[in-house]
Amino acid sequence: MPSNLYDLTLHEAHELLAGRQVSSQELTQAILDRVEQVEPRIKAYVTVTEEIAMQQAREADEAIALGEKNPLAGVPMQLKDNMCTRGVHTTCSSRMLENFVPPYNATVVERLRAGLAVVVGKGNMDEFAMGSSTENSAFFPTHNPWDLERVPGGSSGGPAAAVAAGECIYAIGSDTGGSIRQPAALCGIVGMKPTYGLVSRYGLVAFASSLDQIGPLTKDVTDSALVLSAIAGHDPRDSTSIPQGAKDYTKALTGDIRGLKIGVPKEYYGEGIDPQVADTLRRALEKLEELGASVEETSLPHTRYALAVYYILAPSEASANLARYDGVRYGYSSQEDGSMWEAMERTKQHGFGPEVKRRIMLGTYALSAGYYDAYYLKAQKVRTLISREFQEAFQKYDVLITPTSPTVAFNLGAKVEDPVQMYLNDICTIPVNIAGIPAMSLPAGFVDGLPVGMQIMAKPLAEETMLRVAYAYEKATEWHKMRPEL
Amino acid sequence: MPETKKYETVIGLEVHAQLLTKSKMFCSCPADYIQGSPNSVVCPVCLAMPGVLPVINRRAVEYVIMTGLALNSTISQDTQFHRKNYPYPDLVKGYQISQYDVPIAVGGWLTIDVDGEQKKVGITRVHLEEDVAKLQHIHDAQGESYSLVDVNRAGIPLMETVSEPDMRSPEEARQYLENLRAILQYLGVSTGNMEDGSFRCDANISIRPVNSTELFTRTEIKNMNSFRAVYRALEYEVERQIKVVEEGGRVVQETRGWVEERGVTVSQRTKESAHDYRYFSEPDLPPLSISREWVKEVKAGLPELPGARRDRFVAEYGLSLYDASLLITSKSTADFFENGLRAKDTKPVEVTTKAKAIANWMLGDMTGLLNASGVELGNARITPQGLREFTDLIEAGTINGPAAKAVFEEMFKSGKGAMIIAEEQGLTQISDAGLLDEAVAEVLQRNPQAVQDFLGGKETAVKFLVGQVMKETRGRANPAMISKILLENLGTELNG
Repeated sequence: MPSNLYDLTLHEAHELLAGRQVSSQELTQAILDRVEQVEPRIKAYVTVTEEIAMQQAREADEAIALGEKNPLAGVPMQLKDNMCTRGVHTTCSSRMLENFVPPYNATVVERLRAGLAVVVGKGNMDEFAMGSSTENSAFFPTHNPWDLERVPGGSSGGPAAAVAAGECIYAIGSDTGGSIRQPAALCGIVGMKPTYGLVSRYGLVAFASSLDQIGPLTKDVTDSALVLSAIAGHDPRDSTSIPQGAKDYTKALTGDIRGLKIGVPKEYYGEGIDPQVADTLRRALEKLEELGASVEETSLPHTRYALAVYYILAPSEASANLARYDGVRYGYSSQEDGSMWEAMERTKQHGFGPEVKRRIMLGTYALSAGYYDAYYLKAQKVRTLISREFQEAFQKYDVLITPTSPTVAFNLGAKVEDPVQMYLNDICTIPVNIAGIPAMSLPAGFVDGLPVGMQIMAKPLAEETMLRVAYAYEKATEWHKMRPEL
Repeated sequence: MPETKKYETVIGLEVHAQLLTKSKMFCSCPADYIQGSPNSVVCPVCLAMPGVLPVINRRAVEYVIMTGLALNSTISQDTQFHRKNYPYPDLVKGYQISQYDVPIAVGGWLTIDVDGEQKKVGITRVHLEEDVAKLQHIHDAQGESYSLVDVNRAGIPLMETVSEPDMRSPEEARQYLENLRAILQYLGVSTGNMEDGSFRCDANISIRPVNSTELFTRTEIKNMNSFRAVYRALEYEVERQIKVVEEGGRVVQETRGWVEERGVTVSQRTKESAHDYRYFSEPDLPPLSISREWVKEVKAGLPELPGARRDRFVAEYGLSLYDASLLITSKSTADFFENGLRAKDTKPVEVTTKAKAIANWMLGDMTGLLNASGVELGNARITPQGLREFTDLIEAGTINGPAAKAVFEEMFKSGKGAMIIAEEQGLTQISDAGLLDEAVAEVLQRNPQAVQDFLGGKETAVKFLVGQVMKETRGRANPAMISKILLENLGTELNG
């Protein structure tokens, strides 16, 4: 066990709470103290709900005293600020929703609270989850705990940095093109994007509905399996949710990967990938081979089109999803003089940041009469090809392994002027969302003192296979135990 | 008008009907929104709050399947919802969840009567979408202008039925609309009420030279809030388009609004300023499969439809085709008729007589009274049972013709039973020979001239004398008996 309470994993914390060695109130207070200590440097939180957290901790302590065994009970965590929380601000790090207080909880929040999770606050993010560095937050950027001059990745940069810095035990993020996995990689933690439809999207503020998926950001693989077990499962309020009941994913954590077939798609190791990152991944693959898996190079030629497909489909869906912010019913509303139409236009003009506007325009264009066939329809067709290519690959391999991010964390401000450079951060993660398959990132080494993430992809609903590989690798390495000095 | 012979009118209709489901289209809010104060029948989903998701109302889909089957459409096996994007403050999500290239029902037809011939009007499609919120534009006494939004109506299931451009006159359009409404009412899927906006009609209309088969530039007419408005607007638009062409101009493709007070259509939006709806498949709703078993089940449960009911009224009750057609147009009228007829046991040989009597009173006096009072049949005080008792009393001779009208009016006004009214007002028929003898004697004594005329061979004098007896008895005398007694008396004088 680590010496600081804030360094505990979820399963370690649960053990201490269940053994009555520590109370939820003590643990929650330790986290709040840690937030106070490092938050001025990290800026991982948009909102800290101190009082609510302590109240929830008291309730958890009472329940634990009465025999509550839920692994989430009493453990403080953070929610990305695009998950609706009843009575607590949900901003999406946007001026548009700066004062928005939802009257309802997201399904994922209901499930966490049913397990008596303690919500410490809401995590900073790129505005409406659009970005790869958390620099698109309308409020402030988040800093990488491993190097405060660098970005934590994004869009779930707040949650990833908070977990890495001990500002929460674990966090819940959302991933549309890599927004859980890429920041997890850049902050040296574990991040999972489950199969599309495994976790209910009800109450997750929509960015691109056919790609968005909620998942855990945790300190290790066991925690990832624990949190997934709590939040996965069918929800009648989300029609895209897979009709499948809850599952205990920790059963997959056997540590045994003998005979498992690993495919290594070469497209993820070449052009555009930092050679040192690629080398780090090769060493990780050697380790997996040592553990009894077979490793074979393969090819996914359509991967190169995934980024283009993504930047047509995601903005198209976003252009519709963000049309509701007209300042009439909630959120920011321009109150200057003028007509109804002028007020609605000004609301969008002032309420949205530049990246959000860029994507709304991209999407509107791609769906327009005369361009629809060339862009949106074409992208849908290529999406099918990419999915098919993955299906074929998974007939041969149990998992595919790639780097999560082409580089380690880059400097704040380095890419803000060049959207395309920024978009290229997600070339390894985007194909996964396009195909709707599950993938996770876990620590696999360091380059220049900065964490490198290994991405494991599996076929739809094969989270257990993915977790099994991740757990075996984690058991054989020490990367996940590294903590940044703060 | 000589011009109308040169041109043929081409009309297609788009009808939006709110469906009578318990809950809204994509959330569990009650669909009965009209009772609620503004913005009270709402939830995060129909308010389009961030993060909410739609869930399809199965019953609404079933209602469209029912309608599709009644309109002889093909029910799609795989259907899908799309997002129709356009900005408007009454469209809370900024897009409407609607259907695009795969509607629930495709093709089909509905029949109308044209000069006694049955004509099929083609159905293009029937699809499902959601209604929008309601805007209220306020110009207050201080000169301030602002708009208010009531979200109660947002998310009410809306079924759109699109016809082929198969109608050739405003009259055909009116019939199509009436028949479609009757079908929806018979299915129980819509109230069909145009006045409160739960049944709305937009029309596409163009003219073309007679004998042409081409489609010419059309206009779309909106804002027609009654059957009469549809008819008037289309009549106006035909003449307007003819005038434009006759004067050497060209009809412009545009949306025009019907202005009821002025009786004209005015341009609202030209083609150039039309929205690009940027349809794309709704990612929050997976494609919807409609199993053949489901369709079979729905088909088996379909109620009797207007056409079948009309034919049955003719065959079973001996009504004329014309009367039957009038009765079935509205389900409540047909139900009233049939409930009246069945209110008492009727011998098979009497069915036609009884049916004819009930139908006559309904299509005559009752229709007149309903129209004059503006009361809906459903809210009328008179009941089917009451009407049946009434016609039975006439048949039995208890109430005679002239008195019947007064009794009926009172039944309509007060809802009291016919017998009670007749007794209260002394309107029962006098068939008592003793009483009638007295009245006849009195009349004969007072009208010696008429008696002389009759004796002199002028037979029409009897009519006059019968009238006098009726007058004497305030219309209550049994006319057949008066004639008999009169002739007996006169015969005695003749022979004596």
